[in-house]
Amino acid sequence: MEFLPTLWFVIIAVFWAGYLFLEGFDLGVGMLMKLLARNERQRRVLLNTVGPVWDGNEVWLITAGAATFAAFPMWYASLFSALYVPLVLVLVALIFRAVAFEYRGKAHRQSTRNLWDWAISLGSFTAAFGVGAMLALTTTGLPLDANGDRVGGAFAWFTGYAVLGGLAVVAFSLIHALAFVGLKTDGELRGRARRIIGRWLPVALAPMALWAILVVVPTGQVVPLGLLVLAVVGGVAGWLANRRGAEGWSFAFSGAFLVAGVSAIFVAVFPVVLPSTIDPAFSLTVANASSSEYTLGLMSIIAAFGIPLVLLYQGWSYWVFRQRVSEKHIPDAHTVTPVV
Amino acid sequence: MDPLEIARWQFGITTVYHFLMVPLTIGLGILVAVLQTMWVRTGRDVYLRMTKFWGKLFLINFIMGVATGLVQEFQFGMAWSEYSRFVGDVFGAPLAMESLLAFFVESTFLGLWIFGWQRLPKLLHLGCIWMATLASVLSAYFILVANSWMQHPVGVEMVDGRPVMTDAWAVFTNSTALVTFPHTIFGAFAVAGGFLIGIAWFHLYRRRKAGIDTVDAQGYVIVGQDTSHGAGRDKLDHAVWLKSLRIGAVVAMVAFAGVAFSGHAQAQLMFKQQPMKMAAAEAACHDGTGFSVLTIGNLGGGGATTCDDVVAVFELPGLLSFLANDDFTTEIPGVNTLLPQYQEKYGTHLPDDPMYGDRAGQEINYLPLMEVTYWGFRLMITFGGIAAVAALVALWVVRKGTVPENKWISRLAVFGILAPFGANSAGWIFTEMGRQPFVVAPNPTMDGSVDQVFMYTAAAVSPGVSAAEMLFSLIALTAVYGVLAIVEVKMIVRYVRGGVPAAMPELTAPPPGEDDDDTPPGDGDVLAFAY
Repeated sequence: MEFLPTLWFVIIAVFWAGYLFLEGFDLGVGMLMKLLARNERQRRVLLNTVGPVWDGNEVWLITAGAATFAAFPMWYASLFSALYVPLVLVLVALIFRAVAFEYRGKAHRQSTRNLWDWAISLGSFTAAFGVGAMLALTTTGLPLDANGDRVGGAFAWFTGYAVLGGLAVVAFSLIHALAFVGLKTDGELRGRARRIIGRWLPVALAPMALWAILVVVPTGQVVPLGLLVLAVVGGVAGWLANRRGAEGWSFAFSGAFLVAGVSAIFVAVFPVVLPSTIDPAFSLTVANASSSEYTLGLMSIIAAFGIPLVLLYQGWSYWVFRQRVSEKHIPDAHTVTPVV
Repeated sequence: MDPLEIARWQFGITTVYHFLMVPLTIGLGILVAVLQTMWVRTGRDVYLRMTKFWGKLFLINFIMGVATGLVQEFQFGMAWSEYSRFVGDVFGAPLAMESLLAFFVESTFLGLWIFGWQRLPKLLHLGCIWMATLASVLSAYFILVANSWMQHPVGVEMVDGRPVMTDAWAVFTNSTALVTFPHTIFGAFAVAGGFLIGIAWFHLYRRRKAGIDTVDAQGYVIVGQDTSHGAGRDKLDHAVWLKSLRIGAVVAMVAFAGVAFSGHAQAQLMFKQQPMKMAAAEAACHDGTGFSVLTIGNLGGGGATTCDDVVAVFELPGLLSFLANDDFTTEIPGVNTLLPQYQEKYGTHLPDDPMYGDRAGQEINYLPLMEVTYWGFRLMITFGGIAAVAALVALWVVRKGTVPENKWISRLAVFGILAPFGANSAGWIFTEMGRQPFVVAPNPTMDGSVDQVFMYTAAAVSPGVSAAEMLFSLIALTAVYGVLAIVEVKMIVRYVRGGVPAAMPELTAPPPGEDDDDTPPGDGDVLAFAY
């Protein structure tokens, strides 16, 4: 197997894992706006735990998409066009969610704030579900013809795998977000987050584990199986850490579960990036979907500088906003009164 | 229904809409960074107020650009999969670099800036807005490199029917990109300048109307204040708007000069690189030297023959030659000269290839829609020119420190905000529609294999996506964009009417016991800013 296409397969897997790790908790916090918070102040606490960082997290998605375009144009073209309708829904969800983050606090009426809360909550849910479905399908297959185009109509992608992947990312995001809320807030929300993780973690991580099992086990390969075991260990460790009230570890282990699980899946499907369910000969692979050596080499140089830098300054921004946010930190809502 | 037509409408609508936010983000972002720099250097409150007020409007607009930008990143693959497959090797790289080198910086440092007031040291906080806004300029460069490659493919070789990048330096220093980049950035500053003028004028006018500011016998302003409105109507408030207006006017004029010079350079390249686009911009059927001021007739360009129906009513002789070639005599080839050349070089009919769908084997019309190119080109120049003249007039009118107490002039100033936006949109519609029928225009200025790198728009659309799906997304996105346009404008209007206190709640309700801006908040303190 050629080196550069393989390297870029790894880099793209890293972008997806990074996206699910980072935006996972802000998507989850978005959903929790309607599930966990009981009053306006608590909703604002939740919102402000991710306020400074959610946009940077979302760039991981854009970068995953753009890097796929640059490194594997065939993969990008086939996957995105095959999933046309669900991706439109994801886009609409992400648009409303982004605008709601910025505009919610600027609304004057409680009813308008409530509408924006729904935009954040439903937007986060739809985006998580859609991205999960997309990733599940790129690892399990779509009905693609020889040119890489979807056959079977607008909903040919709608399979059990799509639902499983969607549920997997939604449920993981909720647990990951609860761990984040435990780590980043104080008071009532912190305690409730911990109790809910204790009760629901095994159920919530099950769909992602199942997705990984369905992809990994049939291959019988040792490395992905090992990663799968690691993921399960991570999940159990997260649950135990939460029981003991070690919030930092709880969050770290839910992240470890994700990273190990996603790695297991990507290692297991390698070198296929998008299987065709019609004919394995039509499947897109690291070899037949990639850009030229020249382009991949250029992009590798950029990534070698770019990715460490991103980790450095994003890490710094998390350090700057490391304080817990609690209800007493939230200033009163500011009403804009016209002077003219 | 034809998926290609729907996909083109969708790309046009979503891109023009996205590009309403982009120039304001770039131009206003840099101005906010400059204003904050002046505040940090001088410590004068007026600059802090300007930073906060314009910064708030910047953020309201910024988020819409982010949200609509997502669609741009995805729709190449979704609706234009054949295009993505064809160009991915060379076109994907600048997009990925834009993400990795610009979007990450922009989003992370803007988050730090929004929430970092009083938490970060002043200079570091200032650095954050500079990082974020310079990253937005960098992102413009990358995306323009990508677009310029569609206008003028360079640095590639054809391998197995697809262009493969062989010379990244050529791609990233594409002559088209090097002139389009300054043209776009100056265009962004024109938008920001007009925005400052219109809004500042409105506030100065309202202060006059409310009797707060008056003028003496010579017409010089006597600044007053109305303390019942707190800081919203004090004396410093006058300085905020007057300074904003003057800065806006100077920025708009400099920007227009920059736009004109870079635009001239761009047009000269375009006459060589895409002669048909420029002929269509002139609705010039025959060779000539004159720039058309008004041309009537059937500009629809439905077929090669309609060119005969076009009548140039009034021409400025020699001007077209000057635009293209810096002299007044060179004959610039018209449509009738160019058509046979294109047909000879690139064929008269689309290949009988299934990738063209129903269009396989059809005759190719090399003439873009002349109504759009002709008027797009002229609207761009007209709107830009109006904005520049208006900026000059505005600067002169406020020489004595305020604006006239005239409702209609004030309304005109506010409406004038739209002119540079219009120029930007018209320019893009012109250059993208003028590239048709190609999505990747052939490069006639280079010999060898690059000459054969081109793609018809008809071949670029996703073959697997049905018209119904395209229609669904066109309706969904247009509806969402329509709703959000209303929301954004209402939000901007509310914050404009709120004036400086809208962006500085601390002016109306100072937190008790706080006397030093620089102490970082302890654990029990209320956040300086929260959503």
